[in-house]
Amino acid sequence: MSGAIHDTEVLDRLCPMHLLLSSTGFIRHAGPTIQKLRPQSPLAGKLFLDTVTVKRPRTMRGMDDLRRASGMKLHLAFRDAPRTELKGLLVPLDDGRTIVNLSFGISIFDGVQDYALTNADFAATDLAIEMLYLMEAKSAAMEASRRLNLRLEEARIAAEEQAFTDLLTGLKNRRALNAVLERLIAAGEGFAVMHIDLDHFKAVNDSLGHAAGDHVLQVVARIMVQETRSSDMVVRLGGDEFTVVLPDVRSENVLEQIGQRIIDRLEEPIHFKGEVCKVSASIGTVWVQRGDTPSRDGVLANADTALYASKHAGRARHTFYSPTLQGGAGFDPTASD
Amino acid sequence: MHGLINRSIQNYFCANYGHALWSAVATRAGLGFTEFEAMLTYPDHVTPAVLDAVCTVLERPRAEVMEDVGTFLVAQPGYAAVRRLLRFGGVSFRDFLQSLDELPDRTRLALSELRLPRIELCEEPDGQYLLVCEAPLVGYGYLMMGVLRAMADDYGALVALEHCGRSEGIETLKIILIEADFSEGRSFELGARA
Repeated sequence: MSGAIHDTEVLDRLCPMHLLLSSTGFIRHAGPTIQKLRPQSPLAGKLFLDTVTVKRPRTMRGMDDLRRASGMKLHLAFRDAPRTELKGLLVPLDDGRTIVNLSFGISIFDGVQDYALTNADFAATDLAIEMLYLMEAKSAAMEASRRLNLRLEEARIAAEEQAFTDLLTGLKNRRALNAVLERLIAAGEGFAVMHIDLDHFKAVNDSLGHAAGDHVLQVVARIMVQETRSSDMVVRLGGDEFTVVLPDVRSENVLEQIGQRIIDRLEEPIHFKGEVCKVSASIGTVWVQRGDTPSRDGVLANADTALYASKHAGRARHTFYSPTLQGGAGFDPTASD
Repeated sequence: MHGLINRSIQNYFCANYGHALWSAVATRAGLGFTEFEAMLTYPDHVTPAVLDAVCTVLERPRAEVMEDVGTFLVAQPGYAAVRRLLRFGGVSFRDFLQSLDELPDRTRLALSELRLPRIELCEEPDGQYLLVCEAPLVGYGYLMMGVLRAMADDYGALVALEHCGRSEGIETLKIILIEADFSEGRSFELGARA
């Protein structure tokens, strides 16, 4: 090394975190910033290896080992608290002395906090300040993004709660059903409500999996839309339960035909990834006459009663509600599908 | 224009004049909403429309409003991030002035979609500077003037600032650094959590 490098004033400015070691491993001079890390005790005069420990490479025993490690990246840490970790690069001089230049490496953020460092403690060419700037700027941006995501998530949940559509099938959902029933009842118009429960759906789900089950529900939904009139509204209540609201019904015959078409079409095998899924449907229907003023829940309960009668009678059937069904012969609300 | 700019104008307005009056600004500007999202991008015509609406509602000239927004960005407690990020630019106010040319690039490093207008510092003799600001937004020079005034205070420097007018989309500021160490200023520790 040339003589100029011995000029500690030059080194203090270029490398404010350097140490100059004697041939016996004593610290002869400490750069202003590294000294700032130990404000209570001057580093000069101490043994280098008493002050810091060499964490990597592990084999460093003494100064002779270290001098041979010239040019290698050293992982160091102060022996006393705060045990700040440092990166080090060591260069032996011709006269037996050694220069160790130090930096915070990845511990920079903790370092500047622990020691209250300022811009002036780093050489202008050091990227430490830019790195700190970047960390702070990116954290602020991330925080703003995180808040935006939270707001969007809340908005999505709110929108979903207000939605009238069942996501899996694209049919209307229970909220939509309630709204339409309220409207029809308030207007005193005649309409029919058809509860449709799939038969054997649980078996498909259990034996072929949820993907097959979801596929069946989507096919079923399409069939129901195809087999009803455009003025009718098909609703998925959840699971394998569906409801069709049919305004403007002229005769029971129309309802019978629609119900039968739905059962017939649903009994056609549904193919899914080489497997065949077979389901059917039980239907219970309530026909509300113009001028009737039933309650919404009453209408739905009556449709349920008719549906259970169909299930009980052996499935794949269509039953119309009549007061005689209520608690009538053989009605068993615990009957499973 | 980046939502951060629009949101800053909104924050400035709401902090000083309240949310109710901001609704009037949003309506007058034809926004169709009241809340700007800082991390979204809006069409360029929105920002001038909002500024026009602010000036109309407050019955204040654009220059004054822009300078206030600039000061607000740096000096408002609760918006420490901007002040801190600017302080990374230099150890002293003089140092900070020299870092201003870098400001658009520094900003882009933090938020790649946020493009600030180019600015260039020209040193004149006897401690004077000219700051040449591209100003796609009329009054951007005044906004920078507000930022500089607040930053000078932050560094504890005494400065005189003057807007030298606008021509061909460029607004120029004259900066006279009267005393670099006029007051204590605010401390800036690299590691302090904003």
